[in-house]
Amino acid sequence: MAMSFGSTLKELFRDYRFAVAFILLCLLITLAVMSFFAPHDPTLWYTAPRDLPPSRQHILGTTSRGQDVFWQAAFAIRNSLIISAIAGIVSRVIAVAVGLVAGYQGGKSDRILMFITDGFLVIPLFLIIVMLAMLIRDKMNIFTTGLLLAVFGWAWDARVIRAQVLSLREREFTRTAILSGSRTLELVSKEYMPYITPLAFSTLINNMSWAIGMEMTLSIVGLTNMDIPTLGTMLKWALNYQAILMRRWNWVLTPVMLSVFLFIALYWMSVSISEYLDPRTRVQRVGVE
Amino acid sequence: MAAGDVVLRADNLRAHYVLDVPGGQKTVRAVDGVSIAVRRNEIYGIAGESGCGKSTLMKALYAWINRPLRLVEGTVYYTKDGKEFDIYALSKQELRRLRWTFMAYVPQGAMSIFNPVIKIKETYRDFLSSHLKGKTVNEMFEMAKEHIDQLGLPLSILDAYPHQLSGGMRQRVAIALAALLHPSVIFADEPTTALDVVVQRGVVQLLKDIQESLHNTIILVTHDMGIHANIADRLAIMYAGKIIEEGATEEIFKNPLHPYTQFLINSLPQFGDTSERVSAPGQPPSLANLPLGCAFHPRCPMAMPICKERQPEATVSGEHQVACWLHAEGREAEHAAHS
Amino acid sequence: MFIKNYLIPRLLQYFLVIFLGITIVFFIPRLAPTNPVERTIAEIRSRGTYLDPRFVQDMVDALTEMYGLSGSWLDQYKDFWVRLSKGDFGVSFFQFPTPVITLIKRALPWTVGLLFTTTVFSWVFGNIVGGMAGYAYNRRWSKALDLLVMLIRPIPYYVFALGLLILFGYVYRKFPIAGGATIGATPSFTLSYILDVLRHSALPAMSLAILGAASWFQTSKLIVQNVNAEDFVQYAQLGGVREGRIIFRYVIRNAMLPQITNLALSLGQILSGALITEIVFSYPGVGHLLYSAISTGDYNLIMGIISLSIVAITTLVLIVDLIYPLFDPRIRYK
Repeated sequence: MAMSFGSTLKELFRDYRFAVAFILLCLLITLAVMSFFAPHDPTLWYTAPRDLPPSRQHILGTTSRGQDVFWQAAFAIRNSLIISAIAGIVSRVIAVAVGLVAGYQGGKSDRILMFITDGFLVIPLFLIIVMLAMLIRDKMNIFTTGLLLAVFGWAWDARVIRAQVLSLREREFTRTAILSGSRTLELVSKEYMPYITPLAFSTLINNMSWAIGMEMTLSIVGLTNMDIPTLGTMLKWALNYQAILMRRWNWVLTPVMLSVFLFIALYWMSVSISEYLDPRTRVQRVGVE
Repeated sequence: MAAGDVVLRADNLRAHYVLDVPGGQKTVRAVDGVSIAVRRNEIYGIAGESGCGKSTLMKALYAWINRPLRLVEGTVYYTKDGKEFDIYALSKQELRRLRWTFMAYVPQGAMSIFNPVIKIKETYRDFLSSHLKGKTVNEMFEMAKEHIDQLGLPLSILDAYPHQLSGGMRQRVAIALAALLHPSVIFADEPTTALDVVVQRGVVQLLKDIQESLHNTIILVTHDMGIHANIADRLAIMYAGKIIEEGATEEIFKNPLHPYTQFLINSLPQFGDTSERVSAPGQPPSLANLPLGCAFHPRCPMAMPICKERQPEATVSGEHQVACWLHAEGREAEHAAHS
Repeated sequence: MFIKNYLIPRLLQYFLVIFLGITIVFFIPRLAPTNPVERTIAEIRSRGTYLDPRFVQDMVDALTEMYGLSGSWLDQYKDFWVRLSKGDFGVSFFQFPTPVITLIKRALPWTVGLLFTTTVFSWVFGNIVGGMAGYAYNRRWSKALDLLVMLIRPIPYYVFALGLLILFGYVYRKFPIAGGATIGATPSFTLSYILDVLRHSALPAMSLAILGAASWFQTSKLIVQNVNAEDFVQYAQLGGVREGRIIFRYVIRNAMLPQITNLALSLGQILSGALITEIVFSYPGVGHLLYSAISTGDYNLIMGIISLSIVAITTLVLIVDLIYPLFDPRIRYK
């Protein structure tokens, strides 16, 4: 595991999925960053003539609310990414904490934690999120949405991390460290983290993809703050204005296609990273015939 | 035991593992120039430490080459019904038909080789139905029953699931299954490892019984020299991917020529002998990183300068072969002695 | 032995999860910053309806009663369980005075039909094709399928359903885009009605089935690639057992075991997906009901749907858990 970051990246790039995902993500993040240079406040209506097809002035046309589709999209991606980043990071913290404690301590704490985790896995999350969202409807902003999603996105990955910790615990170096008197906290942070961190990272990406999808899904049932442009709200506005019926594809398909690219890019990246980390799949990558 | 003519012949066999590791490729030379001839009606033993390439040799002889293992060089010929054929020239279908009917395999670690969700008799049936035509399910179950009974194993094992049998029993079932279709060659890879001594005896006895009733060939790989002393007719010693000595078992035990063989034999405990057991010093070399010259020279107490430079070729005197500069003929030996 | 070690713990867990789940569902709205009655009043007001202040208190009382919020929390809690056991979830607000349970019963067959067929189909199909692809992971068709799945799998139910809706409902007008059957059609066991239902369920079913199959394909392929390396598969190959037999009896049979467990774990998520898909296609199942409930702030209806879903999912998980030993003799016999 003592490989430099640069050589790790090079190894990862050999997988075409990582390369494609990386490029896509760079493009999408660039789009998000461009939002900082947008000419208008995205929450304002009628900043441009309504329902224009794509032209030189408005690259992707305009919406029925008189907004430039391109700039709306830029803000939408930015906010969606921020929400999912918040959700992803907070849920990583929970997942790693739960996975570490359950995996390392074992016994009763493991059973209790796993019972809670399995509970979260089994219960139809969408419904619980809906219920909660209904209650804090007015207070939904980027942060609360992210936190709400975080509270429900840690369960699966806590299991994954716990599995890794379990296998680490059985390894030689754990016994050595314990015998040589390392304290638990020290042991965990120094020895285990190099294994846990990349795993947490790959699940982070997966989780972000899930969070973006969840945010969009909440939008369709009207549980997100429609004033904040996200991929979900942008799509919902389009649907509210019958964009499909009116064949206004530029408005409807922009958030759809952007989100699809985002999902695929995030997924490919997380899969290629986790395959890289898994020693079994790594050995399978034998050279040329 | 009169051994018949050659049933299996390998010439200069090389089989390497090619692994894709961060930073390039790693080649593990598990079998590195092996030439042997195995005869009918004999038990041929292959001995050596773990990691010397014995299992890979077996796989190469059985034409069981899966990535990342590759056949780099060499040929393997079998003789069936008087005709010799190159096993690697066969089509997949022909090879599949030969398997179990002409040659069978008992893999290492019989713990997990049975399908855990079906009963033993179903496994027998799978093997039978893949090679015999026109038998009903019941007929096949009957064949399995008879076979098990003949070999002295309890009939109840057929209705059991693999996890319900002990390790030793599973091993015997695997050996029995190998003999099911009366193959001419049976490969047994470490059949006694991880079993306690009493059970080992049962396994060894089973192998002997099978060979005696079928008069076929059993190629037996194990690091346990005691087992070889017990049942092997001829013995080959393997080190770092090469055969370094070969001959009749008795001859090898009486007169081991290669220093490594001497260590192997001396490490066997003997009744009444309480002197210190000396094993070969050091570790076997990594097959990915073999030293130049004779692979054993770093650990050999009698290493000479030439051993570090060139690999010794086999010297044959009658049935006894050895690859060691100490016993080399001709000018090389003189040169070695005088330098 | 088996009963004690396997059955009892699972039954206990089953009741525990239902108990805890329902309790949490009970407490969340009561712990929220705004109480449901206030919300409903606010909602009514936001639609511009005029509320005579003299009657607002009456309204509050009526709503409190209707939502089961009167009395102490302990009283409410006991009452809640009593009503739950009788299947009484109160009365719907947006379809007053229809009882919630009636609305759910009406919508349930649509959801169950859709969910059951697509789940079974996608699990079986995904596992078999994924299993074969995993066995032949070097072949081109396997890699091609893998790529296809890699493009489909990460897309959430909502976006995928919407995509299908646009593609086959609008661009290539092949399927109807809303409803369970043509409006006004009378339900009957005639062929024409059945065909009508099938046509209307084609898109939602395709949406669920394709996404489901993609997911099962992928996990199955991964599992099989590991099972391939298992000793008993290698052994069967060494023995010259016929390939077809190896694929089905050795590889897929064993790969299915963790997939049964995975099925149990995914049921919650599959249900969520089905509900969302129904919303996109205005399919008259529980999902659509939920959407109406959320839009109108129908508190009782939402609580009813959530409570029932928890019970339904937990029960299904228990059933799948109980089926597992039928396939794994290691659990059945010790």
